This record gives sequence, C-alpha cells and structure tokens, in this order.
Amino acid sequence: MKLKGAEILLHCLQEEGVDTIFGYPGGAVLPIYDALYNSDIRHILARHEQGAGHAADGYARATGKVGVCLVTSGPGATNLVTAITTAYMDSIPIVCFTGQVGSSLIGKDAFQEADITGITLPITKHNYLVERTEDLRDIVREAFYIARTNRPGPVVVDLPKDVMDKVIDFEPNGQEEINIRGYRVMKGYNSGQIINAVELIKKATRPVLYAGGGVIASEAAEELRELAEKRQIPVTMTLMGLGAYPGNKALSLGMLGMHGTKYANYAVSECDLLIAVGARFDDRVTSKIDDFAPQAKIIHIDIDAAEIGKNVDINVPIVGQVKEVLQAINAKLGEVPEGHNKEWLETIERWKDAYPLRYPSSSDGRLMPQHIIEKVYELTNGEAIIATEVGQNQMWTAHYYKFKEPRTLLTSGGLGTMGYGFPAAIGAKVAAPDKVVIDIAGDGSIQMNIQELAVAVEQKLPVIICILNNHFLGMVRQWQGLFYEKRYSYTDMSHQPDFIKLAEAYGAIGIRVTEYDEVEAAIKKALASKDKPVVLDFWVAKEADVFPMVPSGASLMNMIGGD
Amino acid sequence: MAKANKHTLAVTVENKPGVLTRVTTLFRRRGYNIESLAVGATEDPNISRMTIEVDGDDKIIEQVTKQLYKLIDVIKIVDITEERSVDRELVLIKVRADTNVRAEIVQIVEIFRARIVDIGRTTLIIEATGDAGKISAIEDSLRPFGIVELVRTGKIAMVRGTTK
Repeated sequence: MKLKGAEILLHCLQEEGVDTIFGYPGGAVLPIYDALYNSDIRHILARHEQGAGHAADGYARATGKVGVCLVTSGPGATNLVTAITTAYMDSIPIVCFTGQVGSSLIGKDAFQEADITGITLPITKHNYLVERTEDLRDIVREAFYIARTNRPGPVVVDLPKDVMDKVIDFEPNGQEEINIRGYRVMKGYNSGQIINAVELIKKATRPVLYAGGGVIASEAAEELRELAEKRQIPVTMTLMGLGAYPGNKALSLGMLGMHGTKYANYAVSECDLLIAVGARFDDRVTSKIDDFAPQAKIIHIDIDAAEIGKNVDINVPIVGQVKEVLQAINAKLGEVPEGHNKEWLETIERWKDAYPLRYPSSSDGRLMPQHIIEKVYELTNGEAIIATEVGQNQMWTAHYYKFKEPRTLLTSGGLGTMGYGFPAAIGAKVAAPDKVVIDIAGDGSIQMNIQELAVAVEQKLPVIICILNNHFLGMVRQWQGLFYEKRYSYTDMSHQPDFIKLAEAYGAIGIRVTEYDEVEAAIKKALASKDKPVVLDFWVAKEADVFPMVPSGASLMNMIGGD
Repeated sequence: MAKANKHTLAVTVENKPGVLTRVTTLFRRRGYNIESLAVGATEDPNISRMTIEVDGDDKIIEQVTKQLYKLIDVIKIVDITEERSVDRELVLIKVRADTNVRAEIVQIVEIFRARIVDIGRTTLIIEATGDAGKISAIEDSLRPFGIVELVRTGKIAMVRGTTK
C-alpha cells in the first residue's frame, strides 16, 4: 500500500506496542501530528518539551517499557536535552522522535534548525537521522531494540519533514530478526567467575550486597531477595536501587553513600565481601574511593563491561544480565543453617540501634519535613509510586519512605535534575492509573516544571504533589550552612507564588498545611481525589538539614550529624 | 603501576556519516588522548577502518576499548600494539631548496627512498612513506634546510600473516 512517512512511523510505533506518546507539536512535525489526528495512539500534550521527555522517562521507569516522546525541530529538540541526559545517566529506555527541517535545508541554518543528532551524541545510547523514508521502519525497530536491550538508554530519531511527507510503497511484512553488526544482546556469562563468586560468598563472614538500578532494569529483585535471604546477607541500595529489596525488611540497610544510613556505610566499611549488583561505584556512593570497602573482596555483576574496573579494582568481575547471573549463583548456593552470619548481623543490629535515622524537633515551630514523608509512607502503606525532585526532598524521601517494590521510586539519580519529578509522576500515572502517584517536591524544584499542572488537570490525573516548602533551595543552603559560614548566597526563595492559588488557577486542588494536626487530614484528602491533581504545600522548618552525611572527599566511616 | 605507553588500536566501524564524530566525541568526553587517527575505506564498502594511536596505561586502554565497543557503529577493535604488524605513515614536506642545496636534498630523498613530487622556484615537495621512525628521521634530516610546511597522515597498520 501507499503510505506517507508519518503514517509509516505510527504504524511502526504500533508494531512496537506503543500506545501512549508524550509530545508537543510544531512546524517540522506537522505531518506526524496530522497522522496522529486519526490514530489510536494516545497522545499526551505536554506544556514544555522537557515535561514530555521526563513523562516518557517516568512512564518507562514505572513500567519497564520503552517511553516515547515526540517534539518538533530546533527549540523543541533542544528543550529535550535535559530529559534525554537524565534518562542517559540513569539508563532509562526512551525513544525520542524529533522533527527536523526538510532535507534540502539541513546545514543551511534554516528556521528552527538544530543539529540534534550532533548535540545528543554524548547523551544518547545511539541516535539516527533518517535520510530516506524507505529506511524508516528499520531505524524505528533498531531504535526500540537498542533502547531496551543490554544496558538500556535513550535513543533519538531525527525526522526531516520531507521524509515524513514522502509517500512510498509500504508492505507491513513480518518481523524479521534485527541484526546490527556492532551490537549484540548479551547472553550468558563466564561460568568460571560464577564459581569464584560462589566460593567467595561461602567463605565470607561479613558479606554485604550493594544493589543498584541494574537490579531493577534487569527485573532481578526476586533473585536478589533469594540470595540475600538464603545466605542472610544484608542489603544496601543506591538511590537508583531503592525498592530492589524491601526497605522494611530486617536485612535492608537502606541507602549507602553520601546521605546513606550510618549502618549501611559502616557495614560497607567493615565488610569482608561486597557483592555489587547492577551498580557503578559512583562518587556519591563511594565518597573517598581509596577508603571504600577497604577490607572487602569485591564481586561486581553488571551488564556493561565498561563499568567493571572503571572506578575500583574488582576481584570477581561478572559481565551479564543481572537476573541470569544471580540465578546461576543462587543455584550453586545451598541454604545456610539458622544463625549463619550471626555475629555480623548482630553487629549490624547494634549499629541500627545506636544510629537509627532520626531528626530533631523543629527549631522554628514549622513542620519537620521528615515527618511529612513518614506520614505519606504510613498513609499509602508504602505502596505508592513516589517521584521526587532533586535536593533535600529527594534525600528525605530516600530515608523515610521504605520502598517495598521495584519501580516505585522515580528519581533523577545520576544527573540530579530539578523539575524531573512532577512530569515523571504524570508519566507514571498515565502508565499505572490504579496506583497512587505522588511527587515529593521542594519549593524550588517544583517551579521548574510547574506548567505541567495543566497536563494533569486536562488528563484528569489525580497526581499528588507534596511540596516540602522551606522557602529555600534547601540542599544548597545546607551546604552553605555547613561549609560556607552560613553565607546564604541566592538560596533564599521567600519570594514565591502562592502555590494554593497557582494550583487553583490551573484547575487543581491546593491545600496549605502549617500545623502538625492538619498533616494527616490533608494527605487523606489528596488521596481521595479521583480526577484532579492536588498540590499540598507543607510549610516546613526553614533550616532543617539532611543528616547523616559524608562531607565530600571524606571516607564513609566519617559521617556527620544525625546523632 | 602499569606503564604509560602508546597503543595502536585497529577499529573496524560502519561506513556511515557521523561515525568519526562518535569516536572522537567519546575520546574527548572521557578525556582520552588521541595521538594520531587515520580513517579510510576497506575491502568492504560498508566498513571503514580507523587506526587510532592512543596514549595511556593498560587500564586506560581497557576503558577506551570497552567504551568504544559500546558505540553501536563500532564493529571490532584489535589492539595491535604487541602484534607483528606493518605500520605506515605518509608525509608531505615542503622544504626550502635554493639551487645550491638541491643536490644535497635529492641525495637525502634517495637515501630514504622518498620522492620529489613538486618542484617550485625555491621549494621542493617531498613525499615519503614509512613507519613513524623513518618519517621522523627524514623530517630531522630536512629540517636544517628550512621546512616551510609539513603534513602527516597519521599511522595506518595491518597485522602480518594470514590473520585478519
């Protein structure tokens, strides 16, 4: 049959199982939007391209499916750059379609022309400029394949307008196998290294599992749990790994690293075996790298060979799908008798008793932000999907919301993108309408993509935004307080909109909470909203800090605060 | 400590627009240092071959190799530093050559089995091929006459024998 490039594109999307895309129209994508007009694909209209990108990312994190967004050329495409980088740093599978000026205008500095394939080279897993309509189908299939396989990541497909307009003969033929010479999907593992790993695990008396986002990407939470519980190995998680092992279980140590728990950091510092699973020894985790896990042999399991040995030397490297590798290890490990690792677990219990996460009472009479997270956790039974922005709100969430399941925390771990959480929450709510979806925000970061309220109202998505409003850029202020003699340089956010009126102006519900006895009722009211987003504006202590913390450059043993 | 040294990587890539940029962007972003880079066609029109000389210890070379493999358009990487291989570079040297020194220059050209490819009124252009040592030697020999302009291709290399 004769089809236009734009129609072929939508056909290919449906072949990939895409039912929802997040986008924003413009001149160069007019042919695609015209084809969408009669399509079964649901299109969610963002109010800023960055919002569309983060929504596709949130959709992907919540489901494990590839998120899709569509924007126009030039500024539409460049507005996506932060969202693409966010997905790249956290290995999230999204495919971004960007419009491009007509082929004959490329390179001529045409109106709304930007070299988006050039711009996104270092922030994508791969990208394409489609030069011929005839190549479209293969490229779309490759793009999805590359985005979701091995270590996932964002792929950009740039679509010149004439390529979308051109009519060609198109036969919707069968799905031939994808064959990319320079890209093979990882299968299997080095079984010799599995034996080495099993030996080390059997010998260890003070083992720790260190789980990252790779466990979630590989759908390996069950296997991780089996390994931890069969061998009584405590589990610490990176920010990206939270939910990989239930945070409310006894073997959980919570998060490690700069704002990790003391007991997680002490355990890593004292362990004799560290089993890193789908994690990458990032600087926020290791802090002073020479002092990281100084007594431990290290097993590193990762899909990306380039991560192994990148930051620390590894005793047993295992490249492979985390899920497959853990299955192979579990199969070779027997159950252990009651009381295995008893001394080690007792030591950890002592640390947990001595250094629990705790916070002081308010010094200025305003609400303590940690209390809000505890209440949200309690009232959602720990079963909500929680998105966060970046900064103190993110760290308090990591501390006080005990994530039980993978894919329930959506947060920009690698790039640390303010403005990520709310659009990501919209993406997640679209993907999982039956789940409670909450964005934990700060008063600074929520203003970075607040325009997306219009989307949530229009789409009748009862996403809840909890603003922990301290009238500061809290995390930066905290560092200024600790390391720059309280010189609060440009972190005061006292001048801000009335978030209640702002919510109402968009057609959302807004509730301000300033007293402890209002907290629970406000959250309950928000949870009861069926078709409207709710903004909860919690006025929290202005100078509450995130503790404990490892000052930058110090070793994990030297934590300050939280006593 | 692994010792710092030059490695020669033979990198087989898809012959597509932008592949060179992908490779050089990766080097720049990760802070690896390219000593020389030569790229050209191969016996297969869909495949290009890059010869990259990179400075770094074994750990850095391992990272370079692994990161390069992550590029979808990179098909194969072989570190041929330790292989028995044929290395060649081509150089064009424009040298000052007044009539009184021309004979001397011609003699040097013959010793190095190089060629004179252009004769100007006061200059000669000399073309030479060889491994890096030979190219440096001819450059040194001609320097006293005054080198006006010099351009080197960067090294290309091939492993000896039947292996590919």
